[in-house]
Amino acid sequence: MSKLWNNYRYLILRRFTQIGLLVLFFGANAWGWKILTGNLSSSEILGVIPMSDPYAVLQMVAAGAVVATDLLIGVAVVTLFYFIVGGRAFCSWVCPINLVTDSANYLRRVFDIDRAQKTKQPITRNMRYWILGLSLLVSAFMGIAAFEFVSPISMMHRGIVFGMGFGWAAIALIFLFDLFVLKNGWCGHVCPLGGFYSLLGKFSFIRVHHLEENCTLCMKCKVVCPEKQVLHMIGKESLPVLSGECTNCARCIEVCDDDALRFSIRDFIQNKKMGE
Amino acid sequence: MKKEALSDRRKFILNMARGVGYAAIGGFLWSAYLDDAKASPLILRPPAAIPEDDFLKTCIKCGLCVEACPFDTLMLAKPGDHRPIGTPFFTPRETPCYMCEDIPCVPVCPSGALDESSVTVNGHLDINTADMGLAVIDENSCIAFWGIQCDACYRACPILGQAITVEYSKNERTGKHAFLKPVVHADACTGCGMCEHACVTEKPAIFILPREVAMGKAGSHYIKGWDKKDEARLKNAHAIHTTTNVSKKKAVDKLNSGLEGLLDE
Ligand code: SF4
Ligand code: SF4
Ligand code: SF4
Ligand code: SF4
Repeated sequence: MSKLWNNYRYLILRRFTQIGLLVLFFGANAWGWKILTGNLSSSEILGVIPMSDPYAVLQMVAAGAVVATDLLIGVAVVTLFYFIVGGRAFCSWVCPINLVTDSANYLRRVFDIDRAQKTKQPITRNMRYWILGLSLLVSAFMGIAAFEFVSPISMMHRGIVFGMGFGWAAIALIFLFDLFVLKNGWCGHVCPLGGFYSLLGKFSFIRVHHLEENCTLCMKCKVVCPEKQVLHMIGKESLPVLSGECTNCARCIEVCDDDALRFSIRDFIQNKKMGE
Repeated sequence: MKKEALSDRRKFILNMARGVGYAAIGGFLWSAYLDDAKASPLILRPPAAIPEDDFLKTCIKCGLCVEACPFDTLMLAKPGDHRPIGTPFFTPRETPCYMCEDIPCVPVCPSGALDESSVTVNGHLDINTADMGLAVIDENSCIAFWGIQCDACYRACPILGQAITVEYSKNERTGKHAFLKPVVHADACTGCGMCEHACVTEKPAIFILPREVAMGKAGSHYIKGWDKKDEARLKNAHAIHTTTNVSKKKAVDKLNSGLEGLLDE
């Protein structure tokens, strides 16, 4: 039992947070709860604290919209939060698409699709930054927030809160893409929101830290990590994960049986002082 | 003959160029899709919505207006609705806007896409000043124009007597009945769609269109002489005289010119 908890505690917490947020948003629309109203684009906690998607607002600015103060305050709240806890904590703890891509990934491992596709991944993980830049250009050119009109994230979230329509198709597409075409395809390569939060989380305080002395080179962490390029130091150096692409999902921490990975704020700061 | 291997520099430049090429293709496809997604001229927006072009860039698609509406009038466009995805709209035939006095959908909007000041008169919210669209009557299918008595839309209208009136006229066909024809007045109609919702015909004979779609435009060079305000536009106007070869002469001279020979006879 305690082993179960030990190996899945963050996963359980993560699912609890993810689904809990969806339930709160859903309840606001369906039953008039006031705890968390709106959706991931813009919302309010208890009708008081505003929160807005900074990337969406960035696109609106590029499109030439006059941005209201309410939105700017919401952006400040969200930006500050993810600046501190690590931008891509959004990806693993909040984003509903994570449920889809995680299950695709799980099935990949179950059916051993990874090994069947031994060829090199055909697409660079930097593509998300290209798409991020492109989305701002297209926004400016078309005068509307470009990614918001195609975003499967918003589609899925709005779908759960307000009704799905053909939104299922977009979600199914991502699931199949991740399952059969490209490992960690959407979240790890394409999604510009993930790219945005990678940039934002570059300097965050909460970090995964690796202790080289404890590492037995079993590589379980790399199998389970959706952004395994950030774990380049495994078995080599005791270093915190410095890349903003780490989603702070903590799966690596809990699959490690040798205590070679853990969350740490202090080690990160120390490391920074020593010039990394 | 073997080709020389590409130098690193060359490879880098070529890869960059490829990247830019892909981005350009992606950008074109994306823009084409968005252009199509934007083109939805028949969409009806919540009260106090700013002009459509600005609305599309300003609304953040949060659905707070949708959640605030007690009648479930407003919807966020889903994929398959054929409307700009995620933006709020309503379909009067299904659920019209009931014109709440406190307009709860408007103040909650965080983005300014719904502009409270546009429905505020003397510091108070006034839903009667909202402009969601304009009711249009198809006189061919409206049974009241056939001579059958119906005033469903008239009675459904929250500002009846101003936005819709009933016009009486003699029914020449029967000789002893009257027509009771509904007439919409564009200056008062808010486009709430209560009339469309209430209309008894199979497909509504009165329906709401966005104002830009429903209305024509006469242009500024017509003046209503019987309207003091409109006539005032002439006050500082001065005529523009153009002189052509023809207009140099008096009109009568011009008309008679070339007739000299005839008169001589
Ligand atoms: S005025 Fe009332 S009925 Fe009309 S859209 Fe707003 S909240 Fe809904
Ligand atoms: S509340 Fe405003 S920003 Fe939110 S969906 Fe409605 S119109 Fe758009
Ligand atoms: S839309 Fe119809 S019901 Fe509403 S104000 Fe206009 S005429 Fe009246
Ligand atoms: S309800 Fe329909 S048919 Fe009847 S008067 Fe109104 S518009 Fe005409």
